[in-house]
Amino acid sequence: MDLAYTDAQKAFRDEIRNWLAANVPQQALKTFDTEEGFQQHREWEAKLNEGRWGMVTWPSELGGRDATLIEWLIFEEEYWRASAPLRVNQNGIFLLGPTLMEYGTDEQKADILPKMADGTEVWCQGWSEPGAGSDMAAIRAKAELTNDGKHYIINGQKTWSTRAVWADQCFGMFRTDPDSQRHKGLSFILVPMDLEGITVRPIPQLDGLPGFAEIFFDNVKVPVERRLGGEGEGWGVAMATAGFERGLMLRSPARFQTTAARLVELYKQNQQSADRDPAIKDAVIRAYMDAEAYALTTYQTACRLDKGGKIGAESSTNKIFWSELDQKMHETAMSILSARAELLPHAPAAQGVGSWLDGFLFSQSGPIYAGTNEVQRNIIAERMLGMPRK
Amino acid sequence: MDFTFTEDQLLFQGEIKKFLVNEVTPEKIRELWETESGRSDELWTQFAELGLLGMTAPEEFGGLGMNEVDFVLIAQECGFVALPEPLVETVLVAVPLINALNDDRKGEWLAAIASGEMKVATGLMQNELVADAHIADLLILQYGDELHAVAREDVTLTLNESVDPSRRLFDVEWKPEESNAIASGDEAKQLIAATLNRGALGAAAQALGLTQRMIEMSVQYTADRQQFGVAIGTFQAVKHRMANVAVPLEYAKAVVHRAACSIANNHSDAGVHVSHAKVAACDASLAGAKNGIQVHGAMGYTWEVDMHIFMKKAWVLNNTWGDSAFHKNRVAEFALSGAEKIGAGATFV
Repeated sequence: MDLAYTDAQKAFRDEIRNWLAANVPQQALKTFDTEEGFQQHREWEAKLNEGRWGMVTWPSELGGRDATLIEWLIFEEEYWRASAPLRVNQNGIFLLGPTLMEYGTDEQKADILPKMADGTEVWCQGWSEPGAGSDMAAIRAKAELTNDGKHYIINGQKTWSTRAVWADQCFGMFRTDPDSQRHKGLSFILVPMDLEGITVRPIPQLDGLPGFAEIFFDNVKVPVERRLGGEGEGWGVAMATAGFERGLMLRSPARFQTTAARLVELYKQNQQSADRDPAIKDAVIRAYMDAEAYALTTYQTACRLDKGGKIGAESSTNKIFWSELDQKMHETAMSILSARAELLPHAPAAQGVGSWLDGFLFSQSGPIYAGTNEVQRNIIAERMLGMPRK
Repeated sequence: MDFTFTEDQLLFQGEIKKFLVNEVTPEKIRELWETESGRSDELWTQFAELGLLGMTAPEEFGGLGMNEVDFVLIAQECGFVALPEPLVETVLVAVPLINALNDDRKGEWLAAIASGEMKVATGLMQNELVADAHIADLLILQYGDELHAVAREDVTLTLNESVDPSRRLFDVEWKPEESNAIASGDEAKQLIAATLNRGALGAAAQALGLTQRMIEMSVQYTADRQQFGVAIGTFQAVKHRMANVAVPLEYAKAVVHRAACSIANNHSDAGVHVSHAKVAACDASLAGAKNGIQVHGAMGYTWEVDMHIFMKKAWVLNNTWGDSAFHKNRVAEFALSGAEKIGAGATFV
């Protein structure tokens, strides 16, 4: 065990730190839940890709840097330290990207990954349906093969599709075998959002912005080459994606360490008022410890994986830990801000509230998306601890 | 950057776990409760034969010259079986303390500890009472900013019974004299601080093992126990209780391992890392006790079911080698002291 960075890792940190210092926009971008902000974030993705910083763990021939997971963690630390823009294409680069590397044909990889990397194509996810939320195997949206076997005709509805309002592409799960039940007979299909028959209906989220949407499919015709993995094998492909989502990739420790450090600062600035309730200081210190624990655990896992280890059932603890940590940190910030907590950032009396309210609202979604924490706890109990299903 | 254990370290952990699970069964622990000393000379001899007692002593004094990272996994397994013997307090606390002394007798003492001939108890004021003083040949005791080495014949012991029947706690009456002083001033202060850190690391590592054991026992119980015609482990409310132990346990492990590494490498923030580890691991074990007894139902509240062996140890460890207030305050002092010390990228150097 050696917990010091190598010279190469330090040099990697310096390189990304310098690049970010020179390139991160001085003026914060508008939120990507607006049309203008979405476009700004797409341009930022192109810039990142020019510097080959779009997705450092990707192979160099696809615009990556063949980086190890430890280097990825270093990249993320610098990225969050620099307050660089959020990743508008996170569904693509963090979820679909790794899935494509594992299940995609050479043609699919060559066609899709470069456009994903430079932000030309921003991806959304089409998994949930009105009747298939936590119970994803209840998916009903159909994809029927045409008689010539060259296309799928897709009909049905998807919902809670993040970034779908302005996304270019959607990776979805559809029932290709109409007689199938549950997780059999599903296929993973990549659908361009500009096809005829697609209707997107934005859903305003808690902050009023259209961060997600419903997608309606009415006889949408997609070439069979757009299926990822075998027909009827979509569940396995989706589980790999869900593994990335809940696992390392989607929420790097740097994000929460940054929030914890901001919370410590907020507490220090308002200490006299905050200390009227000793529970606040306790919550602040716990936030620091838990964010640190998340970083340490992720580093330990990353080292194991970099040495050829496999991710195990214990990774299902990940999503519960970060989502509930995020929620607790923002609740604590709200308590510290007290009567100012409710004010929108542009309100005249809102000095010093920063982006805590936005973060608080968003933190409410963490325990829900990517599989509710109730479902995660079932998975932990059954797959990690071996408790009986029935 | 390599945050993993070596194959050898993991193999050794596996071997010792097998040995401990076979030898230190709940039945054996209950037998020891009925004895006056509560301790087994036979086990101690086996520890010596396995090389455990000298793991952290230098090779020139009959030890194996290993460090805290090597031993932390063994300490976890001591917790897994709720080992009553003071193995962790010997290997992780007493031996490194003696080894750091500027004293002609240290080689002799370390060799005698490694071979199992001599036992040592360490008494810091933080712990108020001294555990296992009754079986110690030598007591190393704190007196303010001084450390003293006192033979057992020169002290008077008064037993203080604990809720944990495996504990043997003593009030020690003794006289600090120049003749038994072994360190004073800054040297003693540093030794005392380092000793407290090692004790807390040992408690944290044992808490990890205890939590794992309480999860396993509880999961087994809920698979066996039937109500409403099914195993109670099929109920979501029961599953979620166990998941709520697994999550904090999973996120305490790396914290404890980092603390071990920091002590082994004399990291300037080792004390903070230890404090974080103590809080995280003990919190996990308290969750293990609370949820474990609940899913055992009324059986969990009995003397008969083994659950209380592990719960009681978890409760006790939480308040030894610094309670949660002590350790949280130490983390707070660090976290509030400077923005550059925390946040993304500040975890490692």
